Amino acid sequence: MSRIDPKDYEARIGQVTTRLGGFFPGHSARVRGHDLHEFAVDKRWFDLYLFSLTGRQFAEREVDLLEALWTYTSYPDPRIWNNRVAALAGSSRASAALGIGAAIAVTDADIYGLGPCLAAFDFIGEHVADTDETLLQAATTKLRRERRLGGYGRPVVAEDERIAPTLAKARALGLADGPHVRTAFRLEALLAEGRWRMRMNYAALCSAIHLDIGVTRDDYECILATIFLGGMPPVWKEHNQEPAGGLFPIPVNALKYDGQIPRPWPSESVHPEN
Amino acid sequence: MSELIHTRIWDETPDPRSPFLGQNVRLYGYDYYGDLLARARWVDMLWLLFTGEAPSTEQATLLERLAVALANPGPRDPSVHAAMCGGVGGSPPAASLVAALAVASGDHGGAGELHRAMSAWENTGEDLDRVTDALTEHADDTGMWPGFSPLSRHTAQSVLECLASLGRTSLARRLTWLHQRESSLSDAAGCGLSLTGVAAAALADLGMSPEQGEALFLLLRLPGTLAHAMEQSGKSHKQFPFFALNDTTRSDGT
Repeated sequence: MSRIDPKDYEARIGQVTTRLGGFFPGHSARVRGHDLHEFAVDKRWFDLYLFSLTGRQFAEREVDLLEALWTYTSYPDPRIWNNRVAALAGSSRASAALGIGAAIAVTDADIYGLGPCLAAFDFIGEHVADTDETLLQAATTKLRRERRLGGYGRPVVAEDERIAPTLAKARALGLADGPHVRTAFRLEALLAEGRWRMRMNYAALCSAIHLDIGVTRDDYECILATIFLGGMPPVWKEHNQEPAGGLFPIPVNALKYDGQIPRPWPSESVHPEN
Repeated sequence: MSELIHTRIWDETPDPRSPFLGQNVRLYGYDYYGDLLARARWVDMLWLLFTGEAPSTEQATLLERLAVALANPGPRDPSVHAAMCGGVGGSPPAASLVAALAVASGDHGGAGELHRAMSAWENTGEDLDRVTDALTEHADDTGMWPGFSPLSRHTAQSVLECLASLGRTSLARRLTWLHQRESSLSDAAGCGLSLTGVAAAALADLGMSPEQGEALFLLLRLPGTLAHAMEQSGKSHKQFPFFALNDTTRSDGT
């Protein structure tokens, strides 16, 4: 990306130039050159979402598979960290918008969510043409350096129950045999044979499918921001309807303190009265 | 999976009357509602919470000055603008804070840029060439150095005043150096020093890590964002810009 001159900022005062469309009060709404209400009359929401985001009109089977990737990871479990934020918000009687918005924000995580998915997207995208030997070498180098490889291994359990149904869906739609999906499985087999013993998780398969369909990294990041959304509203609602504060009450003895022993506040830090 | 929360920050003892009542609360070993409440100031608490230790008088002084400088980025700042969008539409204060935080986390003018600027300041010493090399190394994808604003070739008077004021505190080292070389650095960058750059130098002078600095930077800017959001919530949306939209896909160009 090239740097813009301060004069170019001045030219942007008071207006926005866009190819996306917008809202023309009392007249219409437009999306990427189309009148939204005419264009979307026979479309489902996910079609419009993808078109608005990417500018592409995907084949129906591609839309089906991309939507299934959201469906298969919509877990209404209030223990999962991002969902827990929504559930705690409901239990604390915070609004659904704030609770779900914050839960989405927390999905921008390292050990699950966006972190592993984007790491897998980058790694599989970069190494799709590698031989088995080069692929394993690259994975090993990354594992030795960073102690993790996005898309492989899982924080709670080794098995990922989403893999089989996703693969079945992809096969049924004829989208399970792209080079990135094949690379994701090649890597799993290579890692299983070696010392790492890591199984593929959803992040690798999800990323590989998006790569095979030609979704860009920026578009994928946007998709990932809400791909786990399906589990959040139900846990907010359920715990909003349960007794206030009733979700995961934490007793004093659930804290394990491992810090400094009791000490006096130093006198140097006493400041004169203003 | 552990059923316990492990913490080095908060210690308390159970109260036999209820599993949810605690007593004798200590923060990093300090008596919270006794010693700290009686003797610590807000800025001492901030320092304690982010470093685990009590600040020296010099550290507390610089942090407090910085907190004042950052408390209100003003309504032209994108994070405050975002918060005002919450206020003007009648969203609750928490929504405005979330809006401000999201924007203030960014890699342009936000905590992400501050992190890069602090990383550049680490281990660079006071040699101009080393500093410019480090700033170049931590530049964004357009080549823009962290801590400098692409909006103008000049440094704002308010930024210079802030730099001068913070530079008079006893811990100022990078701040003083930056004040002395602001003009040459701005010329080399092709744009003016920003408040983010000043904050990065101040936090580096405080001995904060880039991660600690990022956290404090996010926190310290919030009072002003909330104040501006609350101000807008009492006004008509017609007094708040909606801006013109130029949809280039429309044949009439409007």
